[in-house]
Amino acid sequence: MNPPVRSAFVDGISFWAPRLPGWELARQVLRGETTAPAEPARRPAPALLPPTERRRAPDTVAVSLEVAARACEAAGLDPATTASVFASTHGDLAISDYMCDTLVSTPTLTSPIRFHNSVHNAAAGYWTIATACYAPYTALSAHTSTFGEGLFESLVQAVTDGWPLLYVAYDIEAKGPMATMAPSAGLLGAGLVISPRASAHSRLRLDWRVVDGASHPPTVASPGTLALVQGNAMAPCLPLFEALATGRGEVSLALGPGLALGVEIVALECRG
Amino acid sequence: MTARNGASPPASGAPGRRLPRPGRITPVRISSFTAVSALGRGRDAHVDALRERRSGLRPNDFTGTPLGTWIGRVDGLEEQVLPGRLAEWECRNNRLAWLTLQADSFIEAALQARDRHGPGRIAVIVGTSTSSIGASEEAYRRLTPEGLYPEDLRRPIVHTPHSLGDFVQHALGLAGICVTVATACSSSAKVFAQAERLLRTGLADAAIVGGVDTLCGSVLFGFNSLELVSAEPCRPFDVERKGISLGEAGGFALLEREALAGPWLLGYGESSDAHHMSSPHPEGLGARLALEDALARAGLEPARVDYVNLHGTASARNDEVEARLLADLFPARTRASSTKGWTGHTLGAAGIVEAVLTLLALREGLAPGTLNSRRLDEACGPQIRLENEPAAIRYALSQSFGFGGSNCVLAFGGELPA
Repeated sequence: MNPPVRSAFVDGISFWAPRLPGWELARQVLRGETTAPAEPARRPAPALLPPTERRRAPDTVAVSLEVAARACEAAGLDPATTASVFASTHGDLAISDYMCDTLVSTPTLTSPIRFHNSVHNAAAGYWTIATACYAPYTALSAHTSTFGEGLFESLVQAVTDGWPLLYVAYDIEAKGPMATMAPSAGLLGAGLVISPRASAHSRLRLDWRVVDGASHPPTVASPGTLALVQGNAMAPCLPLFEALATGRGEVSLALGPGLALGVEIVALECRG
Repeated sequence: MTARNGASPPASGAPGRRLPRPGRITPVRISSFTAVSALGRGRDAHVDALRERRSGLRPNDFTGTPLGTWIGRVDGLEEQVLPGRLAEWECRNNRLAWLTLQADSFIEAALQARDRHGPGRIAVIVGTSTSSIGASEEAYRRLTPEGLYPEDLRRPIVHTPHSLGDFVQHALGLAGICVTVATACSSSAKVFAQAERLLRTGLADAAIVGGVDTLCGSVLFGFNSLELVSAEPCRPFDVERKGISLGEAGGFALLEREALAGPWLLGYGESSDAHHMSSPHPEGLGARLALEDALARAGLEPARVDYVNLHGTASARNDEVEARLLADLFPARTRASSTKGWTGHTLGAAGIVEAVLTLLALREGLAPGTLNSRRLDEACGPQIRLENEPAAIRYALSQSFGFGGSNCVLAFGGELPA
């Protein structure tokens, strides 16, 4: 049985990791045109947040707002009217460590701000607040399949709702004892604007189908790319961004133990 | 942090400021559904408690450090044991998930669906707010001298949000799409929307939706830090309401496009408040957009809605905003109530528990009132009722609003609208 192939269009791409800070640079590195900077960049300070809050924002919010804004910019899309899908394997590991630690010693001194920032949808909440966006978002997790499941949900929304949407995937560095059971290093944020129809902003076509997981093991990124984001829980996104960087390629992304999302990136003909 | 965009919010429906109003969707059958909460296990326990106006709330006996509040605690969770093959997922939240799968033979219905459609064709889309963070909290209480998790808790799957979805998928032997949605208190309402979209594409034949959230230190002391918990049983929409009562619960529903019997999911609406992380939009703009989209997808006018199960947490702000929204949009004949006086606010499980209570209201012809409340806030219109009433309910809504300004409204029907 050949599952039907569906097509969507990639109108915006963004990426941020300490040694690949921004899609333009990341694209060149992944294409082998340049080498990654030796020194990690400082974490992004999203211009969308008021200056006083740029430094105080949790890492989850800083990295996801950065890639969300860049992807919308690249796609020429107004964030205020754009639905979004946010995916994170573990959510805010730093706040979870703080909460668990505080509960042991001084539960009644729990910080109210850290508590409301501990929800898995905090980054999506801040994004919609900062952009005055009333369109829906969702926030999801699927352990090691998080990136694939989030992309799949984005593609399903593009098919069923018929308008472009923003996909943001991120994970941050684990802190404290939690790091042994929910390991993740550094920051990684990746954004895509996915459109059901080709537009003036469309750069690439994304052909996708759901396939059997056993016969389509997840694509592994090149060792060089993996080394640049060593140990971040969102690393399963890398093979797709390698294909996006070169403008072609087939990638298999895990959808749980039984299925995989088969994706083919196809370059669009050059537009005037 | 209280990020707030300086721009003034646009008026409802202002051109270019929102996505187009959706069209009608093809309704989806709910072939099986159940819930477990402080009211008991399964549908009958919930109907009985509604009819008898018996609250499941009790003085807090959950936290080691005293916290003077009332909670909706599920009895027997401590004694519940997972089958050996599921030992890896052991934790309070997954024990409640397992208990809920047994209720009303939901697991039998799910396994029959698996046999009909195949394990890869049934999606698991479940919601939670804190998943099994209680297991991580326990690990921090029992760290080894080296600062490591105790050996019995060295199981990565229970220390990540997808603990719930992964457990349900393995418990049912499924191999399809499997996602845990975590948008705080709208989580297990939004799973219906995600499942409907998935079924519409034909990429799955059925979906197990629902959610589970259990009491844990994070939420009890977290909501306490926000000064949102009440020292007395919560009194939704009461003029003297003093905050929320937290609860735990689980619930599941089986959605199948091809099923022959069962009530219908008619529509859903989702939106964002674009206002504040833990406080609702003052004019209820996000909630209104979600409500309007749910009605549009269902093909219903407000006047045809017989009952609305409200979010009604008994927090000062939520209830005021929600009461005004109801009074604005619905005629006096539409009945509305909050059932949180029975169950407490079950957070990530509130969507599914209140969906189940709404489906029971449809089936039983019973419009629940609002428990514990005595005198309604002046913001309330005639829609919001304190007393239970027998009523023919054909179409009903359930509203869920969460931290991060995530709103979801579901529309259900015992029959299809003309």
